[in-house]
Amino acid sequence: MLNLAVEQALNGLQLGVTLFLLAAGLTLIFGIMGVINIAHGSLYMIGAFFCAATLAATKSFLLALLAGIGGAALAGMLMEMLVMRRLYARDHLDQVLATFGLSLCVNEAFSIVFGQRPLYVDIPPWLAGSVEVVAGVPYPTYRLAIVVVGLLVALGLYLLISHTRIGMLVRAGSTHRDMVRALGVDVRLLYTLVFGLGALLAGLAGLMAGPVYTVQVGMGEQILILTFVVVVIGGLGSIRGAFLAAMIVGLVDTALRAFVPPWLKTFMEASAADALGGGLSSLGIYLLMALVLLVKPRGLLPAHG
Amino acid sequence: MAETRALRALGLIVLVALLALPAVAHFAKDPAWISLVTRMLIYAIAAVSLDLILGYGGLACFGHAAFYGLGGYTVAILFHHARSSEVLWGLIPGSTQFLVTVPAAMLVGGVVAAAIGALSLRTAGVQFLMITLAFAQMLFFLFSSIATYGGNDGMTVRRRNEMPGLDLRDDTVFYYLVLALLLLALWAGRRLVRSRFGMVIGGIRQNERRMAAIGIDTYRYKLAAFVIAGMGGALAGALMVNHARFVSPDMMHWTKSGEFMVMVILGGAASLIGPVLGAVTLVGLEDLLGQIPKWGEHRMFAIGAILVLVVLFGKGGLWGWIARRLSRGGDG
Amino acid sequence: MILARTLFSAALAVGPLSLAHAQAPVKIGFVSTLSGPAGYLGQDIRDAFLLAMEREGGNRLGGVPVQLVVEDDGLKPGAAKQIVDRFLKTERIRVVTGVVFSHLAVSIVPDVVDTGALFLSPNAGPSNFAGKECHKNYFVYSWQNDALHESAGALANNLGYKNAFVLAANYQAGKDAVAGFKRLFKGKIVEEVYTKLDQTDFAAEMARIRAAKPDVVYQFHPGGTGIAFLKQYAQAGLNAQIPMVGAEPMLDVATLRAVGDTALGLNVGVKWNTDFDNPESRDFVAAFQKKYNRVPSYYAGQGWDTAQALAAALRVVGSDNPDKLAAELRKANFKSIRGPFRFGPNQHPVQDWYQVQPVKNADGSLSLKTVGKILAGHGDAFSKDCKL
Repeated sequence: MLNLAVEQALNGLQLGVTLFLLAAGLTLIFGIMGVINIAHGSLYMIGAFFCAATLAATKSFLLALLAGIGGAALAGMLMEMLVMRRLYARDHLDQVLATFGLSLCVNEAFSIVFGQRPLYVDIPPWLAGSVEVVAGVPYPTYRLAIVVVGLLVALGLYLLISHTRIGMLVRAGSTHRDMVRALGVDVRLLYTLVFGLGALLAGLAGLMAGPVYTVQVGMGEQILILTFVVVVIGGLGSIRGAFLAAMIVGLVDTALRAFVPPWLKTFMEASAADALGGGLSSLGIYLLMALVLLVKPRGLLPAHG
Repeated sequence: MAETRALRALGLIVLVALLALPAVAHFAKDPAWISLVTRMLIYAIAAVSLDLILGYGGLACFGHAAFYGLGGYTVAILFHHARSSEVLWGLIPGSTQFLVTVPAAMLVGGVVAAAIGALSLRTAGVQFLMITLAFAQMLFFLFSSIATYGGNDGMTVRRRNEMPGLDLRDDTVFYYLVLALLLLALWAGRRLVRSRFGMVIGGIRQNERRMAAIGIDTYRYKLAAFVIAGMGGALAGALMVNHARFVSPDMMHWTKSGEFMVMVILGGAASLIGPVLGAVTLVGLEDLLGQIPKWGEHRMFAIGAILVLVVLFGKGGLWGWIARRLSRGGDG
Repeated sequence: MILARTLFSAALAVGPLSLAHAQAPVKIGFVSTLSGPAGYLGQDIRDAFLLAMEREGGNRLGGVPVQLVVEDDGLKPGAAKQIVDRFLKTERIRVVTGVVFSHLAVSIVPDVVDTGALFLSPNAGPSNFAGKECHKNYFVYSWQNDALHESAGALANNLGYKNAFVLAANYQAGKDAVAGFKRLFKGKIVEEVYTKLDQTDFAAEMARIRAAKPDVVYQFHPGGTGIAFLKQYAQAGLNAQIPMVGAEPMLDVATLRAVGDTALGLNVGVKWNTDFDNPESRDFVAAFQKKYNRVPSYYAGQGWDTAQALAAALRVVGSDNPDKLAAELRKANFKSIRGPFRFGPNQHPVQDWYQVQPVKNADGSLSLKTVGKILAGHGDAFSKDCKL
């Protein structure tokens, strides 16, 4: 029982970390530019597709990694320069609509170029297999690697934002846009770079998810809604909030799926417990978000005030 | 006021065209136009009702499909129970009467909107957007798993509802009924936004604090608007299930909420007539582009691009553009 | 809309209408899911249909000139309804086919059959129209959805498994799948798990499977979620410990390519496979591969069979008279790539089910190999309620 609990906790952590990589970019972009980006899911897909295509063509994991991250970052910056830049002064509805349109475009373009059949991505051989974290619990090495990368990125983002000059500008840029400009900083370039960073993180999440999930057009939208839930629970614009919320969502979601149905069975008829458990885990995350927002309408750790 | 005269003339032309449509479609041996336009008009009702809160109230609701779907399910469930003559929860008998099922659908939509609104309106802005989405998703998953009512596959409603004196099974009759209800909804919406209530809602959008400061309970006003919009959404859903003779959780999916938002903003928010234009344009585009051989299946690329361009360069959506053109023409 | 179609056709000069009108070909309405993540399923069915027409010298089925009017439903019931409405009323089409997904079939079949037209389903076989609500104008060429999963239950029996851990996505088709599996599986169900419809991560479920230590796992997850499940099952090291059985949709050729070697060791119940040793199947597989440069999926196979069945009926009737065509179709007088094929009383297939396994070819690619028969002449559980 303890072993199972450890394993499920790891699973929750891993899901949380994946969500964090996506949520970090989304919330960073919102916090600084005030933009809701529905097309963030497309950047996730771009990372996974570029990685899969490069891997199939070159058989090199390193090149595939670079292509995935670089492709997503470039696509993100291009998106910023062509479209997002004109949306900063608009209200959220216009942003939602334009980026929704953008995601339709990108998805359809990819389905024209790559087709709709799912692509194959392998795990690098040095990450295949499993490690015994606790005795008797073999845990896939690749999933552990995702956890490690995710935590490192979280640490890196923390250091970047709270301890560097760029981070200071980023923080200042969100609240005192004109002041930063007065200091002679090119805000436009700063915004493009921040958008590129967010896209890079989304691309990283996408390419790491490739071997575990399905690399297919539309893969981004599937996880996007969950990412939005994380961002909103954490408090829009707050990286710390996103991290906390991603961990909570990952763990709660896993726990609901792992422990609730067996627990229900202790006092319910088996098939009814299975049905109810399935229903609860489907609704669970949305219920969690609704509850959090009712208690703290601006999320757990709101960015400003 | 050349502007309003031009607009009135345009409105009259459109109305005459809509009234003549069934006859023209039959004459052209292309009766599928009737059901296509019926579908556009039903979506228009949903979009107009969303415009009340989204456009006039400035409340970005991302869960309008929940009410649309509830309206649809109310009609379908009442039909199901009328057919099987089982009584729902031991107290509600089924019905196939349009004059019973549609008001029932609006009642259900209104009650649920009151519950969701009461909770959601404690938040604002993006959080409101997300919490309405969350509630809609919960309903989506709930209906996907109710086996009695078809679950994810949905269920067919073999016959349209009945109405004394009208043969609703006739597509032309049903078309005129939907058209009449849309006009009624537009008229009611216009009355509403020009009333004191509408002024307050508009005032809340511009500056909620100021409205609160002059002693208005803004929460109540917003909730009332939310409930009215929910009832409108349910009306559209009830009509759609009658039109399509089919209901499924797809009606509640978040992409459907997204489509309604697209209709409102594409057509022009806070104008009532804009959302109608938006609904007609979006449904029409999808249908027409879909008919292009070979490339039709990639129509979403074009639709996505149009959305981006309209938001970036078309201030006030399609209606804003038309209104500007007309007023310019009036000046010269 | 005729005008719109003609304009597009004229402009692009590739549309079906640009053909000569002199012969007035029989129009066949083909509405299917061609766009979005699931679009390749509809494309396979369409491509097989077009291949069948081409093999008769172009735009003919059963010697009768035909015109396939192809439209994409985008996986939206509303759009599908609109297309069918146009098919029936404007284009006066009497034969409709193409639909992939059950809920789309549920939404449009009543419209089609109520107007006296025919519906030939190349894939969807929902229980809605298999029992009491069966219809003389409605024919299914794939399977009844439950029968599909019954084959997996029988397969688990044949392989000697005594208890099973079953998982399915939490929606109607998932529940039907589990019900189908349980109908024929004689062993004990250890646990029955319903996952979220849009779930991509199954680590929690993997841990539960490992803890439950069942003889066998049966699972049904549609499309991309199914691929994710298979990958994660292997990555958790479970495929070395606990065997898995499934039904045909678990492992089609596209899925097989996407999951790669992790598919090795699976056992799947199917009604047709590319290695079937009969002339029709060999001929179809070779022709499809030659024309489209890919291995035909079972969706393509069903599309081909549907076209062959229609061709056989058209050859006798010579027109699209629905009543006469229905009478011919009912005889199922065509050579199926599956071998023996006949209809049950509800006009759903009565057919044999086979066990297939993924195997590694000499060049490292994977293919499916037929290893034995699971069920012979198997119909479905609903046909007894059908009074035609």
